[in-house]
Amino acid sequence: MGEVMQLKTGSEGIGVAGRRFTKVNEIIERHGRTPSALIPILQEVQEEYRYLPEEILTYIAVAMGLNPANVYGVATFYSQFSLAPKGKYVIRICDGTACHVRGSEKIKTALWEKLGLSDERKTTDDLRFTVETVSCLGACGLAPVVMINDRVYGQVTPEGINEIIDQIIAEEEGEKNAPEEN
Amino acid sequence: MLRKKTDLDRMRDELRDLYKKETARILVCAGTGCVANGSLQVFKALQDELEKHGVFITLELLAGEKKPGVTAVKSGCHGFCEMGPLVRLEPSGVLYIKVKPEDAPEIVEALVSGGPPVERLLYHHPVTGEVFAEEEAIPFYKNQQRNALANCGSIDPEEIREYIARDGYQALAKVLTELKPEDVCREITASGLRGRGGGGFPTGLKWDLTRKAKSDKKYVICNGDEGDPGAFMDRSVMEGDPHKILEGMAIAGYAVGADEGYIYVRAEYPLAVERLKKAVQAAEDYGLLGKNILGSGFDFQIKIKEGAGAFVCGEETALIASIEGKRGMPRPKPPFPSDSGLWGKPTLINNVETFANIPRIITNGAAWFRKAGTEKSPGTKTFALTGQVVNTGLIEVPMGVTVREVVYGIGGGIRGGKKFKAVQIGGPSGGCLTEEHLDLPLDFDSLLSAGAMVGSGGLVVMDEDTCMVEVARFFMGFTQNESCGKCVPCREGTKRMLEILQRAVDGEGRVEDLEVLEELALAVKDGSLCGLGKTAPNPVLTMLQYFRDEYLAHIAEKRCPAGVCQALAAYAVIAEKCKGCGRCKKVCPVEAISGEVRKPFTIDPEKCIKCGACVDVCAFKAIARGGK
Ligand SMILES: Cc1cc2nc3c(=O)[nH]c(=O)nc-3n(C[C@H](O)[C@H](O)[C@H](O)COP(=O)(O)O)c2cc1C
Ligand code: FES
Repeated sequence: MGEVMQLKTGSEGIGVAGRRFTKVNEIIERHGRTPSALIPILQEVQEEYRYLPEEILTYIAVAMGLNPANVYGVATFYSQFSLAPKGKYVIRICDGTACHVRGSEKIKTALWEKLGLSDERKTTDDLRFTVETVSCLGACGLAPVVMINDRVYGQVTPEGINEIIDQIIAEEEGEKNAPEEN
Repeated sequence: MLRKKTDLDRMRDELRDLYKKETARILVCAGTGCVANGSLQVFKALQDELEKHGVFITLELLAGEKKPGVTAVKSGCHGFCEMGPLVRLEPSGVLYIKVKPEDAPEIVEALVSGGPPVERLLYHHPVTGEVFAEEEAIPFYKNQQRNALANCGSIDPEEIREYIARDGYQALAKVLTELKPEDVCREITASGLRGRGGGGFPTGLKWDLTRKAKSDKKYVICNGDEGDPGAFMDRSVMEGDPHKILEGMAIAGYAVGADEGYIYVRAEYPLAVERLKKAVQAAEDYGLLGKNILGSGFDFQIKIKEGAGAFVCGEETALIASIEGKRGMPRPKPPFPSDSGLWGKPTLINNVETFANIPRIITNGAAWFRKAGTEKSPGTKTFALTGQVVNTGLIEVPMGVTVREVVYGIGGGIRGGKKFKAVQIGGPSGGCLTEEHLDLPLDFDSLLSAGAMVGSGGLVVMDEDTCMVEVARFFMGFTQNESCGKCVPCREGTKRMLEILQRAVDGEGRVEDLEVLEELALAVKDGSLCGLGKTAPNPVLTMLQYFRDEYLAHIAEKRCPAGVCQALAAYAVIAEKCKGCGRCKKVCPVEAISGEVRKPFTIDPEKCIKCGACVDVCAFKAIARGGK
């Protein structure tokens, strides 16, 4: 196993990589190595790192005795998985039918403008915000809907979403400037 | 641990006696919509207030104390999400809307003192101003018939004992003690229940096919992928009444001879996953799932699988591939899952709502089920009513009611006094219906004949300001994006169709596109491997059928009659409406607007960049976009 780790971690320091893989190992152990565990494992790994680093995909493949191309195929098939790092705040704008006919497009434009993002550029350089569109968050009665991490916001307006973002930025700045606790 | 049916009966009776000590119950909606609006804080405030009055009581306390009291419960979705957070009182049936934590003292005071309900929190009819105290009297609810949704909003989904007190798991007990598997299949067949996942396949027939398949191992799968944008019925049932799904699945397991079940839930539904997991745990603890259920010798366990965000995984063979840990790609049928499904074993796969209908059919009988709905589409169906209607939300009606009854009777008509234009049914696989279809009955066969389909039951209402070409492009964009890429007609065909529609919307449409578009639509429909491709052209075909002129206006006249498509917009001041206030002139970034105060202004089309800023600021709706 050690050999695999060294082989795949490239330029990363072994210390960091070692710790990384300990967590991955734990997740794999918990789910078992049957092929049907692959998706739940990827889900948990992504929750841990906010994305699926490529070397970890390879590592998972080797550890589970699967073909790396296979694992890569699964990871790229499902839209939930991301191979690029995502921001700390993942903003998902619903562009389902109900939200679409109630103006989700305007929310998206407002957010893109505010954060300097676009269809190609989904994450801010400081890795703070990622803006994605999804089809239906299942709260259509409250259209248009936006979800920021796990929180759902309903009946959103372009001004409203800007306020929410300002609030998050203010909180973040506050945290940064606050004296370290513990 | 319940070891036999009589244990379950006794427990139910004891719980009912306990609940009799409940003088009143406060139900706070904890569905996704209401939680987003802050219902959990409302719940906390109400609970604190009840404690202050010394009347708060829980199920545990009810058992110990002699004294009666008021319980407070977090319930599933009531369906009227837009009015949330919703608070319902029982037994009075009073419904409070848009409740804030600050309202708690008043609500509890009125409840405890036995005074009249707090009027300002009741539903006021937006047009007549009539005040409705009781939930059931509100027009939105009055015309509904809640069956699959019966418990949603009136029980605590995280408390199995509430389900048991309402005859929960009695249907399972009945099949285990009184019926043979073939009898169960026969009863379901007799009920005429058709799959609620979209296709409307006869459920009893599917069960019987799976039952007859010979194998050492079989599976039951509940399809909770609900990918249709604009639909959230399955979510509400999973969140609001999870035990009903578990019971329906266990009955199915017994009927087809399976001992293992999976519920596949969309990744976007974390609350549903959490509630289902809790429900499975509770059912196992009570011996209603697991080994030797109620001493019958029947074993059944259920596992929850989370999807990972792929619409095509709602298709049954793709879903099975996904559970197996593969890419969720459909495969050709036959073999059908009833012969070769999960890991090659016979597998019964049904939709969430289909399973939710099972327990009541078993308890009340097939004839009871047939009382609602039509001959060929019996029973009730849930729909997610959204878009430009006054009342949006989750509804359940007998099959066969008309579009008009739903849009106007329950939905309260179009918002802002606008004109009805179309209703989109069945999501990206369905189609749009127009004014001439308002009296069309909502059932499987009538909708198919009009070019739409029930699909999962999303009903999106569109008003005169909606551009049907843009809507068709929107759906095409969706299916193109979700096409898994396995078969060529779907992969390439949807891409070409999208390009054509995009051109029309961007003002670059060509007249010859029309013919190509129609040809492509038929080719994709005929040539695709799975339902995704086979139905993907439906929104386009219905658009071309019912709104052909609108499409022609886009490509031939370069005009968007609804004034939605930015590239085609031609802004003009409607002189009769313009009061000459000058606000539009101020916001115009390119100084295209000129005029004198108090006289109608004008827009210079040469300078106009079609940004729409003037329309947004005009208080008199005096600027037309469509170049009318
Ligand atoms: C592209 C596509 C998406 C589908 N999505 C769903 C879905 O989200 N939920 C569902 O229950 N059925 C969905 N279906 C239908 C399923 O393949 C299957 O017919 C259904 O789950 C069977 O259950 P029923 O007989 O109870 O309706 C979909 C089918 C296709 C082709
Ligand atoms: S369409 Fe946006 S939540 Fe359903």
